[in-house]
Amino acid sequence: MDFIQLLASGLANGCVYGLIALGFVLIYKATEAVNFAQGDFMMLGAFVCIGFANDDFMGQGFWIAVPLAILVMAVFGYLFNWGVLRHMFGQSQTSIVILTIALGFILRFIAGTIWSHEPVSLETPFAGQDIRFGGVVLGVDEMLVVVVTIILTACLFVFFSKTKIGVAMQAASQNQLAAYYMGIPVKRIQSLVWGLSGAVAAVAGILFASKGAIDPSAGLLGIKAFAAAAIGGFGSLPGALLGGIIIGIVEPLSSRYGPPGVSQIAPYAILLLVLILRPGGIFSQTQKKKV
Amino acid sequence: MRFVFKTSYDADINWFKHKTQAFWYFLLFGLMMAIPLYFHFLSDPYLLGEITSVMIFAIAAMGLMLLTGHTGLPSLGHATFMALGCYMNVIYLNAGLPWLLAFPLAGLTAGFVGTLIALPVLRLHGVYLALATLAMSILTGDFIVLLEPWTGGISGLAVPDISIFGLEINKYANPYLFYYLVLVVALLIIMAYRNILRAPMGRSFTAVRDSEISAQAMGINLTMTKSSSFFLSATTAGLAGALFGHSAGYVTNETFDVVMSITLLMMIVIGGLGFIHGAFFGAIVFGIIPVAIANGRSLLQTSFGINVHIPGLENGLFAVILIAFILFEPMGLYGRWLKVRTYFELFPFYRKDMFRRQKSYLKTERVQ
Amino acid sequence: MSLLSLSDVTLRFGGVVAVNNVSLEVQQGEVFGLVGPNGAGKSTLFNLISRFYDPAEGSISFNNQNLLKLGSDQVPSQGIARTFQNIELFEHATVLQNLLVGRHRHRKTSMLSEIFFTPKARREERRHREAVERVIDFLDLQPYREKMIAGLPYGVRKVVELGRALASEPKLLLLDEPASGLSVEETQDMAYWIEDIQKQMGITVLMVEHDMGLVSSVCNRVLALNDGKELTTGTPTEVQAHPSVVEAYLGTSGISKT
Ligand SMILES: Nc1ncnc2c1ncn2[C@@H]1O[C@H](COP(=O)(O)OP(=O)(O)OP(=O)(O)O)[C@@H](O)[C@H]1O
Ligand SMILES: [Mg+2]
Repeated sequence: MDFIQLLASGLANGCVYGLIALGFVLIYKATEAVNFAQGDFMMLGAFVCIGFANDDFMGQGFWIAVPLAILVMAVFGYLFNWGVLRHMFGQSQTSIVILTIALGFILRFIAGTIWSHEPVSLETPFAGQDIRFGGVVLGVDEMLVVVVTIILTACLFVFFSKTKIGVAMQAASQNQLAAYYMGIPVKRIQSLVWGLSGAVAAVAGILFASKGAIDPSAGLLGIKAFAAAAIGGFGSLPGALLGGIIIGIVEPLSSRYGPPGVSQIAPYAILLLVLILRPGGIFSQTQKKKV
Repeated sequence: MRFVFKTSYDADINWFKHKTQAFWYFLLFGLMMAIPLYFHFLSDPYLLGEITSVMIFAIAAMGLMLLTGHTGLPSLGHATFMALGCYMNVIYLNAGLPWLLAFPLAGLTAGFVGTLIALPVLRLHGVYLALATLAMSILTGDFIVLLEPWTGGISGLAVPDISIFGLEINKYANPYLFYYLVLVVALLIIMAYRNILRAPMGRSFTAVRDSEISAQAMGINLTMTKSSSFFLSATTAGLAGALFGHSAGYVTNETFDVVMSITLLMMIVIGGLGFIHGAFFGAIVFGIIPVAIANGRSLLQTSFGINVHIPGLENGLFAVILIAFILFEPMGLYGRWLKVRTYFELFPFYRKDMFRRQKSYLKTERVQ
Repeated sequence: MSLLSLSDVTLRFGGVVAVNNVSLEVQQGEVFGLVGPNGAGKSTLFNLISRFYDPAEGSISFNNQNLLKLGSDQVPSQGIARTFQNIELFEHATVLQNLLVGRHRHRKTSMLSEIFFTPKARREERRHREAVERVIDFLDLQPYREKMIAGLPYGVRKVVELGRALASEPKLLLLDEPASGLSVEETQDMAYWIEDIQKQMGITVLMVEHDMGLVSSVCNRVLALNDGKELTTGTPTEVQAHPSVVEAYLGTSGISKT
């Protein structure tokens, strides 16, 4: 029983990691930029939603706050690429890594200044409710996390395979130059991808804050999400989700059954192992540069 | 504008391009030698301690600069090598080794262990390497706790004093001597760094940074070159870590955290990637900002009665400065300095586009 | 005895057969041309010799040495230097430093001696610089010596890349489209240089080129390639007149200047 409950909460956590990783991979695939601030996007999304919803702040209620927060983060992602990243064409990956790390610091600072550094949780209509199956007690919030993640992933899948803009995004991600020659507005597509990934981060944040308290440093969770993305292989959306779930499940299980201290180490140890044994991740697609 | 007529190959090989340049650097050296005198007369060595800390971080930053700035391999985990150097130094000292042996040995151990750890991830490219080193940095604290019998774990470890042929050096008892010691170490490392850059090894580093394919086509072994760079870089960071330990006096599992790793990376970007000067400029900026913020805060407090206390302000400010640099001055402070110098040298013939970057597509690691 | 010989070399990328059963012999001292429409597999052939790719079948030997036993970074030490079709220079280094990297295969100093810059390291360094200055004089690169590659015009970069290959004092020089993108005058210079490289320096040259004018003026022999397969080998005039070559070119728009 205990085991199943651990598994369920691990799965819920893993979905959040997976969603952060998904946003991360979206951006990496489309622009080859690595957004080390993806975790902080998640955190900001959560706080924007809390800001709209909670009675301590604007008190507009959950159902109004959620779409607003998603919209705000989507616009934020779009504007960040449009206003900042686009001007970095031709600079090295390292610069972009550092730039997004710095962005993370700024977002943490902003969130802390506006909403304070105290942990808060999102006020939801379903807080504290649970469902019992025999002896197992599952929180509605945790189940919701899993359900929403599945729906969102399905939507993304349809978006990328069926819609025109989704296909264009894929093309741009596979060969920027060729896509550009084919008349796809690569730069705008890239901004759109950033917007999309901001929206996904907002969803992750909302889910995270509705099942527990969040504070501005929660963005550091992003690091686990990178581990998830790398475990799945950077270029693969299902891989990212799977990586997230693996890490989410390993954490509670290892802290319950493993020696003390192991649960902090586990995600990164798995990451290092995967990087060493299968440098491209589980869904590897590494290729050499053509000359 | 200065024209240097080169009459021998040595003109290109020597440390200084011409006599005037040598003069300025010797002047700077003299100044650095004289600084303690000033504080001695002031009889308040607090700021001298700060300058010493800046130099220690500059040494660590030089280590990272060699790897990231010159070889193009990003590392988000250099605090780990500092930790290795620091703890090994203490372990050697406690085992009874004299400092003059323990210190370099600690650096070399950090270098060897660092390379061993890094060898499997060196095959990885930019992002993956950044991630792997980040993971390493996060795990450092946990490993220090696990290795408690040697490291003292959470309760920490006291760093013994330095003793060179009976001369005791303690940062608090004798800040002047400690300053000179750090200065000497920094100078030796700068010399070694300069030597590397003017020799085939340094050129193979920059070659790997700029184009791995054509480096290979010129006969450069990638794994060998990258691991040499990693070794030298980790060794330097280890030496800085050992000095940092002496300066802090006491270290715990939280001393060498991820933030320190990231700070080092930020330093070299702000200072100027690919220039030794950049390591120093970056370290200086990171030394000045906290002091400036503290001063600004107390100024507001005393003259206007405004009490500003925003947690995280320092990091936020660092980050803003950093982004501004990446966007507007990718060559860092040293790049800005170069431009200013050229402006005056060429006055009035400086053209704005002299340092213009080439526009190109994002450097890709994928097959096009 | 031929200097470089490929026999029955085949390479596939997935379904594409980029090089299909190609054999060629480059004799000591000649300038050997490789022509063919776009996508014929010329650059791929170079990458095979450079050992960036492993052939599925066939053997490659240089100076009676089996090249397939070597890694790509060991090829230059045999005396093979190359340039790239899309210029692969070290962008953030000066021309001088780029050329000095070309000397890497002659490095005799160890890591330690370089860190301490021992007298031997200095002696070696002088030797490298002497060799590089000769190349700079030969290619008229003096005005650009201290310039960063990132700011140089395309034509100069092509020359620097040639210089970097020459600085390694190779026995065999592989040039991938040395004249593409060059002006008429620059192409003229390139032709003279290639001639000097062959006649005065005694370096064997294997080059890919679309400009048939340049090919006819410098190449002793030419091999025409299409879809990874050899069409014919012979003197430039013979190859140009060969029916299958005419057909291959008329079938595509691959040819630039004739
Ligand atoms: N790394 C690679 N992966 C997949 N296919 C490749 C790769 N390199 C080359 N090819 C394919 O192999 C074929 C030959 O390419 P190659 O570059 O050798 O042509 P080329 O003769 O040099 O043409 P060009 O005159 O345009 O330079 C082409 O169809 C190309 O698409
Ligand atoms: Mg080609």
